[in-house]
Amino acid sequence: MAQEFPPYANFLARLTIVGAAFGLPLLVWLSLLYTRSSYGTNARVMHEQPVPFSHQHHVAVLQIDCRYCHQSVETSSFAGLPATETCMNCHSQIWVGSQMLAPVRASYRSGQPIHWKRVYNPPGFVYFDHSIHVQKGIGCSSCHGQIDQMPLTYQVPSLLMDWCIECHRHPEREIRPREAVFDMHYAKPDDQLDLGRRLVKEYGVKDPYDITSCSICHR
Amino acid sequence: MGSLETGVGSKEEDRTRDRMNQILFAISDQHTTAASKPAGVGRRYWRSLEEFCDTDEFRRLVQREYPSQAAFALDPLNRRKFLSLMGASLALAGASGCSITPAPTTEIVPYVRRPEDIVPGKPLFFASAMAHDGAAVGLLIETHEGRPTKVEGNPDHPASLGATSAIHQASVLDLYDPDRSQSVRYLGETRTWDDAIDAFRAMMSEPGQQRGGGLRLLIGTVASPTLRRQLESLQQRLPDARLHTCESAPNERALQAARAGFGEHGSPRYDFTKADVVLSLDADFLYEGPGHLRYAADFISRRRVRTSAADARQATMNRLYVVEPAVTCTGAKADHRLALRASEVEAFARSLAREAGLSTPAAAHGDVRSRHSTWISAVAHDLEAHRGRCLVIAGDRQPASVQLLAIALNDHFGNIGQTVEYTRPIASLLANGSTTDWIGSFRDLTDAMGQGAVKCLVILGGNPVYTAPADIPFAENLAKVPLRLRLGLHEDETSRLCQWHLPETHFMEAWSDAIAYDGTATIVQPVIEPLYEGRSAHEVVAILTDSREVPGRAIVREYWANEWKLDLGSSEFETRWQTALHDGVVEGTRLPAQTVTLNTRWQSELARESSQLEGSQNEDPTSSLEIAFAMDPSICDGRFANNGWLQELPKPITKITWGNTAIVSPATAKRLGLGMGSYAHGGEHGGYHMPVVTLTLDGRSVDAPLWIMPGHADDAVTVHLGFGRRHAGRIGGSSDETVGFNANLLRTANSLWFARDLKITATDQTEIVACTQAHHQMEGRDSIRAASLNNFQEHPNFVSQAIDDERRERTLRAADGLSLLTPHNYDPPRHKWGMLIDLTSCIGCNACVAACQAENNIPVVGKDEVSRGREMHWIRIDRYVAGDADVPKAFHFQPLPCMHCENAPCEYVCPVEATVHSADGLNDMIYNRCVGTRFCSNNCPYKVRRFNFLAYSDFDSPGRRMQYNPDVTVRSRGVMEKCTYCVQRIRHAEIGAETEDRPLVDGDVITACQAACPTQAIVFGDLNDPQSQVKQAKDSPLHYSLLDEELNTRPRTTYLAELRNPNPDWEGG
Repeated sequence: MAQEFPPYANFLARLTIVGAAFGLPLLVWLSLLYTRSSYGTNARVMHEQPVPFSHQHHVAVLQIDCRYCHQSVETSSFAGLPATETCMNCHSQIWVGSQMLAPVRASYRSGQPIHWKRVYNPPGFVYFDHSIHVQKGIGCSSCHGQIDQMPLTYQVPSLLMDWCIECHRHPEREIRPREAVFDMHYAKPDDQLDLGRRLVKEYGVKDPYDITSCSICHR
Repeated sequence: MGSLETGVGSKEEDRTRDRMNQILFAISDQHTTAASKPAGVGRRYWRSLEEFCDTDEFRRLVQREYPSQAAFALDPLNRRKFLSLMGASLALAGASGCSITPAPTTEIVPYVRRPEDIVPGKPLFFASAMAHDGAAVGLLIETHEGRPTKVEGNPDHPASLGATSAIHQASVLDLYDPDRSQSVRYLGETRTWDDAIDAFRAMMSEPGQQRGGGLRLLIGTVASPTLRRQLESLQQRLPDARLHTCESAPNERALQAARAGFGEHGSPRYDFTKADVVLSLDADFLYEGPGHLRYAADFISRRRVRTSAADARQATMNRLYVVEPAVTCTGAKADHRLALRASEVEAFARSLAREAGLSTPAAAHGDVRSRHSTWISAVAHDLEAHRGRCLVIAGDRQPASVQLLAIALNDHFGNIGQTVEYTRPIASLLANGSTTDWIGSFRDLTDAMGQGAVKCLVILGGNPVYTAPADIPFAENLAKVPLRLRLGLHEDETSRLCQWHLPETHFMEAWSDAIAYDGTATIVQPVIEPLYEGRSAHEVVAILTDSREVPGRAIVREYWANEWKLDLGSSEFETRWQTALHDGVVEGTRLPAQTVTLNTRWQSELARESSQLEGSQNEDPTSSLEIAFAMDPSICDGRFANNGWLQELPKPITKITWGNTAIVSPATAKRLGLGMGSYAHGGEHGGYHMPVVTLTLDGRSVDAPLWIMPGHADDAVTVHLGFGRRHAGRIGGSSDETVGFNANLLRTANSLWFARDLKITATDQTEIVACTQAHHQMEGRDSIRAASLNNFQEHPNFVSQAIDDERRERTLRAADGLSLLTPHNYDPPRHKWGMLIDLTSCIGCNACVAACQAENNIPVVGKDEVSRGREMHWIRIDRYVAGDADVPKAFHFQPLPCMHCENAPCEYVCPVEATVHSADGLNDMIYNRCVGTRFCSNNCPYKVRRFNFLAYSDFDSPGRRMQYNPDVTVRSRGVMEKCTYCVQRIRHAEIGAETEDRPLVDGDVITACQAACPTQAIVFGDLNDPQSQVKQAKDSPLHYSLLDEELNTRPRTTYLAELRNPNPDWEGG
């Protein structure tokens, strides 16, 4: 009767043992690496948009307030994207012949909306609300980064839950005076934690235990 | 064990069935002889007959939560397969969690021109109204970026007061029904509106047609004053054209009786706030008919007891007597209920009139009087004792003679002008009221069609080919009409027999107006552009009248400008118009009460009405069976058959979904030798195999599954209309597969609502009836607590006294910190959300169930899945029966949403923490964490958790997706779900209050079920707020928690025990 196991079976057995010991953790580590990579989260990825809109130009150079275009940021869960009409308020006067703005003019003429690529794309089971964050003194740049320096818009944070929950656990680290919410040049003061604790109290930010309840964001 | 899956014919099941029928019928025997139930058999409160009989099989089934799966796992062959599959899925479980490709980029599409008022992310509410059964209820339609997603009642509208019915809730699903007709069709081919209009014009330009000689219009009930005016001008313009109707006007028979009694037509309008004693003669006034939501609110407002224990003596309640054949919501709330066959109600009313001292001709069935003499005299005395503060109501299904008797009784007791008043008819086909007899009008049309006198028939609404009584050959004669046009939402049975089908707009797509039960008008405004090529009835009638294509808005505005005597262009008109649109009511349109006097010859009118009654009066009632027809509680006359929400809504009393049955009492079932069916997947799981019987009436017959309903009148069968449709759509039935049977095939013009001489023959077939009444069993624990008002006054703390000392001890100990669970801190400023359900107020109408379904994106699962116990409703209404199966003492409704236990048993068995507590004490369910172990459901003592066994939600159809509430996740397969207390509404209200820098106040958060409830049986709020309605109501001595004493779950949803007010001077009844 022939041997059940050929001589190289020993090698396979060792490979399996070593593989299990190192390979599996490696696999786990790689998948975690993947999840957190910008490939997995879309962070710092620039999307090709129908119109190469530059926040840098409109915010830093022209000094247009965020709320001129994102009108419902203080009142609604959705910050709002400007209607074509809003663009045309200016662009019917300036840069009227620009090739880059052709899709805007086409949209205005035809009534067909512009299809932008969504940059911040949290999963469907997450219900984020802009208005409450603005109300409680979380600045635009806390999540959107130095958008005034972005010729093309990209997502800054990972948008993974640990990123959200970090701030919900320690709101005093990010909170700023309400009047500075839309300030792109705001820098955290040295006594941020003291200021933060004071503002948390003043603005009635709930206890971290309350704002880390699952149904705050998932329903 | 595999037999549990296939179900039919195993010996074990036969034994169980035999045993059950034995117990059941032993009880009915015993009852007739000794009127007592055998000791040790049956429970005090029970939901299904199995539970009542308490068979071994039933006990065994209760042990398992999902018996159909249990059977699968116990079969050795299947089990092996299951294990291997499970092994495979375990191996892949890790991999499926992470996808290799990054999340797909989605698009964001802003407006080109942002519409005024729309803030993306915030819903808008538009006041409108839905006309149903000829009367409107004011609604607020919620839209998200232009998509209607949900309806709420309009608090300013007198027929709604903020409440809705299940039908209103489901109307939004009808809007998006993919089976709606989408274009003009000619003999099945797609055409244009112009083609149809040309065809009509060509017909009308033929010689002799100029005055509309051959033109007939067939139309449903008209609740729109504008449409009524348009029809009048059509008749002026085409004087030879004739109008017919194919539907009963609201209170049609009451109108006829009013004419007989008062000499003029009048719509009765009841004021339940003034009525101390109410007698219903087969009238389901809490559930159907114009004004039922308002009536339910007013009626219950006189029944709600919110006194403290010390003031218990001051508590008052109204009293309700109900005489009816089948159990209805109204009958279930009755303090005294008498099950009589529909034909015997007249005899009862006559005997009562005699007892009250009215001289009426002798009662036809002398037998009713002698059999129920105590009942009759007790009611007569009670009514007499409450002169001017009592009310007698006759149901629409009863003949005009009973209506006339009700008028006479109300007149006799001095109620007219007090608890009942009469107004101009709110809706009739013709404004001059020349006809209120729809069946006569319909028959005239059919005859004219048969004689070839009709050249062109235009059918607006209704579905006469399906709903026509069997002895009116409408469908056959229709073929003799040269030109047939039909305007309708669906291409249904009627459309198929017309050359032209014209798509109609849904009421959310078009301008119109509608009047409520009291005459209050509402302007119906569109909230979305027509999804398809539909046009409204107004636009079509305008074309018929003078070939003008006028937009509906102009037609409605013109009518109101006329009505207000204002210029269309004037700013005054514009202001009034805008106000009416905004408020949802047109001010000053409520109809005034008319002064009426009962004419002295009403007795002879009564004799005349009675002589028109079919059948011989003196026949022995027991020699033949009687059949009663009733509109289906969910899908009505079949018009909502293609609405999945309504099809799957368990009917209030029988709890049957997806079909109709022939309903009989246990005693009649025994007499017929037919028993309760065996279990398909276990009775607990709703797959009842019921014997199919053949119902034969006048030589016409249909096959129907039998259903045994305790409390039904003996020797009578009730069948619901609206089923067995052949061209309703994918949900409601097609020629291949119908849902239920068509009871219209037995109905004749002379006996629209009940008929004698029904023959029942057994067949050897069985059919699965999907009934949810025994789903989600709580092992017969003490769920219902009830007492009479007297009892409450003597023992105000009867609810807490019911808990025995040992239990209280245990609860106290647990409360003392001896719990395994970590205690939470719910102190202010934290909110502590809680719900209270008042069982006295609940009328079991299902509005909450449908509202929850609409709000929370709850899927429809279909008959097969329901019969496996997999329906997904987050709130169920348990219907309990008290007493014997033969003569039930009372019925109780108990709505059961998630209890949001403070010590939630579901939470500590979840291996992945997918269900955890929120800081404000909600039992959160996190779908994206759930891996579907179902441990939580297994450990839930209330059985309120629902599992997505399959991918029930529709993620793909564009129409369906538009309805979804954007604030609630649409769940996929393998995920557990349950009531969240509408957490999306809580969070929105919290954020709203905080952005406005104000504290959240009571009433800021209203759950979907609470908003829909017509009787305010559901109260929700913050238990930390001492002023909140819910906190105050929970201080009532009637307050109790479900299973808390046994399990120390500390539920946040609690109940108020049900109180009844039986006549204290009358033992028994």
